Amino acid sequence: MTTKRIDARGLSCPQPVVLVDRAVKEGNTDLEITVDNEVSRENVLRMAARRGLKTDVRQEGRDTIIRATRA
Amino acid sequence: MGNILSSRTGIVVVGALIGIGAAVLQYLGNPANMGICVACMERDIAGALGLHRADVVQYLRPEIMGFVLGAFIAALIAREYKPRGGSAPLIRFFLGMFAMIGALVFLGCPWRALLRLAGGDGNAIIGLLGLIAGIFIGIQFLKRGYSLGRSYSQKPASGWVMPALMAGLFLLLVFQVSFSPGGPIFFSQKGPGSQHAPIWISLAAGLMIGGLAQRSRFCTMGAFRDVMLIRDFHLVSGVAALVIFAFAMNLILGQFNPGFAGQPISHTDHLWNFLGMTLSGLAFVLAGGCPGRQLFLSGEGDMDAGIFVLGMIIGAAVAHNFVLASSPKGVTDFAPAAVILGFVFCAAVGLTQRDRG
Repeated sequence: MTTKRIDARGLSCPQPVVLVDRAVKEGNTDLEITVDNEVSRENVLRMAARRGLKTDVRQEGRDTIIRATRA
Repeated sequence: MGNILSSRTGIVVVGALIGIGAAVLQYLGNPANMGICVACMERDIAGALGLHRADVVQYLRPEIMGFVLGAFIAALIAREYKPRGGSAPLIRFFLGMFAMIGALVFLGCPWRALLRLAGGDGNAIIGLLGLIAGIFIGIQFLKRGYSLGRSYSQKPASGWVMPALMAGLFLLLVFQVSFSPGGPIFFSQKGPGSQHAPIWISLAAGLMIGGLAQRSRFCTMGAFRDVMLIRDFHLVSGVAALVIFAFAMNLILGQFNPGFAGQPISHTDHLWNFLGMTLSGLAFVLAGGCPGRQLFLSGEGDMDAGIFVLGMIIGAAVAHNFVLASSPKGVTDFAPAAVILGFVFCAAVGLTQRDRG
């Protein structure tokens, strides 16, 4: 399964979470979401947890990359 | 670096403090069931500046200034101050205008709707149902790819504009500046504009709420939106805490008066109580935040939120100059047309501003 990449930089609530939700509904189980602010980071992590996805977070400069996978 | 205020417990505590704070502000002088009302208070500021001449609603409300400045300070401390902008600002300006027009037809923003409920005003139930309906409509656009597009990083100084404006307004208030005999700056001698808590208490409350709300991401629109859009009850738990604690405080302070008729700064025209808030709710969804949240975001450096706030202030001026704003006697003759125009605008925005795929 290829990684579904979501660029949510510059997007504000609820866009990042809407994109993640849509990707999960389309059957993706391996997501890589890039956000650039704390609110988006919190919202995406909360959404991922509720959808049963494991998350791995790393920083790349000002951006936060969240890898969310269904085990 | 954890942010405990953005946890479930954190936002519940914040909601509780806001509810208590609002009830206390009312007790100390703010108008009845209006300890905090972002729409009414921005309208009062518009009046104080002479942008409208409804002489019962003119006062530079420090709560609004505190919201922006408190959020600004909190964001700086937490390193979340991030000047950004460029996401369809002109559209956001008009969304702000129509959000305000809708709110003034109902006589309150979502914050006041919740506080009116906590004060026993049954008409607020209708307004909140309308708000939920408007948010529901907005969600349909969100699900079909609606987006005003991304914002872009701006220079650090750009984010100082709104805080500086708010500080300037506060100075105009404190020094009771008069530019002309009689005003501006106008200070209502009667009516809701003449009812206010002591300036420094209002400012302190605004600063506290601004800081707490910025950290906890408190948003009265997002609360209902997230329940319907993604079955998330995080934000709504903060809103529930606001209502419960405001209600409890109102009981303690003798400010709870249940009923529909004769409620303070309220009318019983249920159709327009509903539709006014439907328009507001829809506009807040399309703009990404309730009016409080837009103030907190503008303090963080979000210039798109700042433009929405200015749109609300101008919208208040339009509402009073063009006789759109309601009174306790009910809605005006022009209000329905304005609300319908607002729906047309919001629908056009919702349908045309889409990313496909």
